[in-house]
Amino acid sequence: MDTTVANTGTEGKTWGGGNQPLKSSYGKMMMWFFIVSDALTFSGFLAAYGFSRFKFIGSWPIADEVFTHIPFFHGNYPMIYVAFMTFVLIMSSVTMVLAVDAGHHMQKSKVTFYMFLTIIGGLIFVGSQAWEWGTFIKGDYGAVQTKGGNILQFGEYKTIDGEKVFKRVAVRDIAVNEHGERVQHDRKSGLWFVSEGTLPAYTVDEVFHGLEANSNVLVRTQIINAEGEKTVLSRAESLKQIKNNGKLVVEGANLHVNEYGTPLFADFFFFITGFHGFHVFSGVLINIIIFFNVILGTYERRGSYEMVEKVGLYWHFVDLVWVFVFTFFYLV
Amino acid sequence: MADAHKLEILRGLVKFKSNTQKIWGVLVLLSIITAVEVAFGIYKPESLMSKFIGMKLLNWIFIILTIVKAYYITWDFMHMRDETKALRRMVVWTAVFLICYLIFILLQEGGYIESVYSSGFIKKDF
Repeated sequence: MDTTVANTGTEGKTWGGGNQPLKSSYGKMMMWFFIVSDALTFSGFLAAYGFSRFKFIGSWPIADEVFTHIPFFHGNYPMIYVAFMTFVLIMSSVTMVLAVDAGHHMQKSKVTFYMFLTIIGGLIFVGSQAWEWGTFIKGDYGAVQTKGGNILQFGEYKTIDGEKVFKRVAVRDIAVNEHGERVQHDRKSGLWFVSEGTLPAYTVDEVFHGLEANSNVLVRTQIINAEGEKTVLSRAESLKQIKNNGKLVVEGANLHVNEYGTPLFADFFFFITGFHGFHVFSGVLINIIIFFNVILGTYERRGSYEMVEKVGLYWHFVDLVWVFVFTFFYLV
Repeated sequence: MADAHKLEILRGLVKFKSNTQKIWGVLVLLSIITAVEVAFGIYKPESLMSKFIGMKLLNWIFIILTIVKAYYITWDFMHMRDETKALRRMVVWTAVFLICYLIFILLQEGGYIESVYSSGFIKKDF
């Protein structure tokens, strides 16, 4: 027998083979290593976001002014809804770790209950994310994009509680409707091999005439001034900018244009929160599979709920990533 | 590993009787941190707006609080506290080293490009 296996003289030692030096099962360890690689992917995205932000540090959108809505309520509530989403995800992390704990004690009904709550939490989060996307895509006040791709927004100074504050004004509220606007080109009424997307609701001329008619409305550029606020142009400068440089009326955001500022901001928003949302979505699916396995008694028969623990690791990781996305997208 | 949970957080400042209790304790801690972050984010105290190593003091506070949150999620929810030292270092040190490296490289480069833009396309005229 000694001829088949080399005798290394390390038998019985920690790394001598035949035991688990890390005191962790293969599956759990591999989940950890997957998490490390996935963490690096997300850091790559967030670092790329940081790169672009540092590159355009003087004109990057201010997140507080972008994400200000909560469902069913009107008004300006920066951060509240994302804080709610963060809390939902942390809460579902808690129910997950409670499920893992119940699994250690082989309490099937408790594991089932906590897994169910975790799934519900995940669904609420994904739903909120979808709503957040919808609001972002639909837009708020609208803006005019210049020939150079910069964004010009509108607003007026108002005195609230004795303080002069700049209040945003929506494009649709000032634009005057004019006849003779261009109709959208489609394939049947012209060149069949050329198509065109939906035209903006207003032309730059309509917005310009609206700006002329509203003498208190001013243009705000993306440039951040010494006070950390966006620069507001004078009345004469406002009219001049829209007249000479205005090219396109933008409402909402997509991968090409973005009424809140540079399109890069929207691109990163869709990409990073989208990738994270996809992780949450797959996490929910995996949780559902494990949930049914728990109900069917698979782990009861196996004598170990370690599978719940492995899925739990993934689920906590998704929460962990959101903590960072929350900081770098909404807070910093 | 079922019964081998370490039940102390904050370096033994708070001790819990059971693992379940510890989970709720960590939830409270994470909720407080998030609430502080959100409050800072909404009110933005003027005193924290001064610059410190290239960033606003407030942003440093956000980042530190985030890392604190990440620590408790990893250590208590993912049970890193109960794993062996070798596994913990394998996962944490690798990730922390590579992420710091990546962030340094990209932010340095981003800042450089910004200064090229803002200083008239010539940063250093040798």
